Amino acid sequence: MNLLLQPDTVERVVDTVTTGEAVAFWILGPLALAGALGMLFARNAVHSALWLVLTMLSLGVLYMVQQAPFLGFVQIIVYTGAIMMLFLFVLMLVGRDSSDSVVEVLRGQRLAAAVLGIGFAGLVVGSLARALTDVDAIGLAQQNTQNGGNVANIGEALFTDFLFPFELTSALLITAAVGAMVLAFTSRTKEKKTQKELVEERFRGDRVGSLPGPGVFATANSVATPALLPDGSVAKESLSELIETTAKERLEDDVAEVTGTAHQPDAHALKGDHS
Amino acid sequence: MTPTYYLLLSALLFSLGAVGVLVRRNAIVVFMCIELMLNAVNLSLVTFARINGGLGGQVMAFFVMVVAAAEVVVGLTIIMAIFKTRRSASVDDSNLLKY
Repeated sequence: MNLLLQPDTVERVVDTVTTGEAVAFWILGPLALAGALGMLFARNAVHSALWLVLTMLSLGVLYMVQQAPFLGFVQIIVYTGAIMMLFLFVLMLVGRDSSDSVVEVLRGQRLAAAVLGIGFAGLVVGSLARALTDVDAIGLAQQNTQNGGNVANIGEALFTDFLFPFELTSALLITAAVGAMVLAFTSRTKEKKTQKELVEERFRGDRVGSLPGPGVFATANSVATPALLPDGSVAKESLSELIETTAKERLEDDVAEVTGTAHQPDAHALKGDHS
Repeated sequence: MTPTYYLLLSALLFSLGAVGVLVRRNAIVVFMCIELMLNAVNLSLVTFARINGGLGGQVMAFFVMVVAAAEVVVGLTIIMAIFKTRRSASVDDSNLLKY
C-alpha cells in the first residue's frame, strides 16, 4: 500500500509545530524527564514505579499530540494501566525487600555509570541536534484523515503489510503466557495430611491429649508464663520451645516467681535480729 | 520548534534509563528502567513516523509495546521465582555462578 511505505508519493506538505503543540511539549516533556529522574533517585521501589507512571502518562499524551492517537491510548491503557500495575503487584509481593541497598558493591560504579550516561546523552543529543534540526516533517495529516483515520489505517497495515510479524507476536504472547505459568507454578512438595492420618499420628505419639495451655493455674496468661502442675511444679510441656531457647535467662525470674523459689523480701531485715 | 525536540527528549529518557539499569540494585527497578528505555525508543519511532509521513513507525512502536508486555510478564515471573528461592530481589544476591 502506497499510503504507508512510500511517503515520496505524498506531495511534500511541511508539517509545522503549532503553538499549542509547543506548549504541550514544554509542559509534558519536563514532566516526563522529572518522572524519569524521580524513578532513578527514589529509594523506595514503589515510589519509583509511581514516578515511572508519570513519565508514561506524559509520553502517552505526547503521542496523541504527535498525531498518533491510537498509540497514545494504547500507551495509557496497556503501559500505565496494565504493565505498571503488574509491577506494583509484584512489588507488593516482594515488598519486604523493596528498598534499595545503599552499599556500592563495585567501587566507583555509580560515578562511572553517571559519566557514561552523561556522555551517551551528550553524543546522541549533539548528533541529533546537528543532523535533524533543519529536517522538515511531512506530517500524518493525510494518513489520519483518509480511509477512516489513524486507527483504521494502522489496522489495515497490521493485517496487510505486517501480517507475518503480527502473527509472530501472537506466538510470542502465547509463549510468554505459558512461560509465566510454568515459572510461577509451585507444586506441593509434601502431600497434605488427611484428618485420619493426623489422628493416627497423634495416638501413636507419646501424648494423646492436648498440651497444657500457657497460663493454666498460673497468675498470668502470657505465653511466657508456664503452666503449673497440681503439685506446684512447672509443666515443661507448656513452655514454648521458642521462648525456652531464645530467652531462657530472661524468663528465669518469672519461672522462679511462679514456682516460689524467688528471693523473698526479708520482713525482718531492719530489726537486726537475723536468725 | 521542530519535531527534533521530541527526539532529544527521547535521547535523554533513554540515557536516564540506561544509567538506572547500571546504578540501581533492585531487580524490579532495573526492570522499570528497561521499560523507560523502551518507551524512549517508542517516542522516537512515533516522531520518525511523523517526520517521514508514513504510519510504519507507529506500527513498529505498537510491536515494541507488544514485545514489552510479553517481556514484562516473563521477567517479573523470573524475579518472583528467584525471590521465592533466595528471599531477595537484589541483583547483587544472585551470585551463585560467581564462585
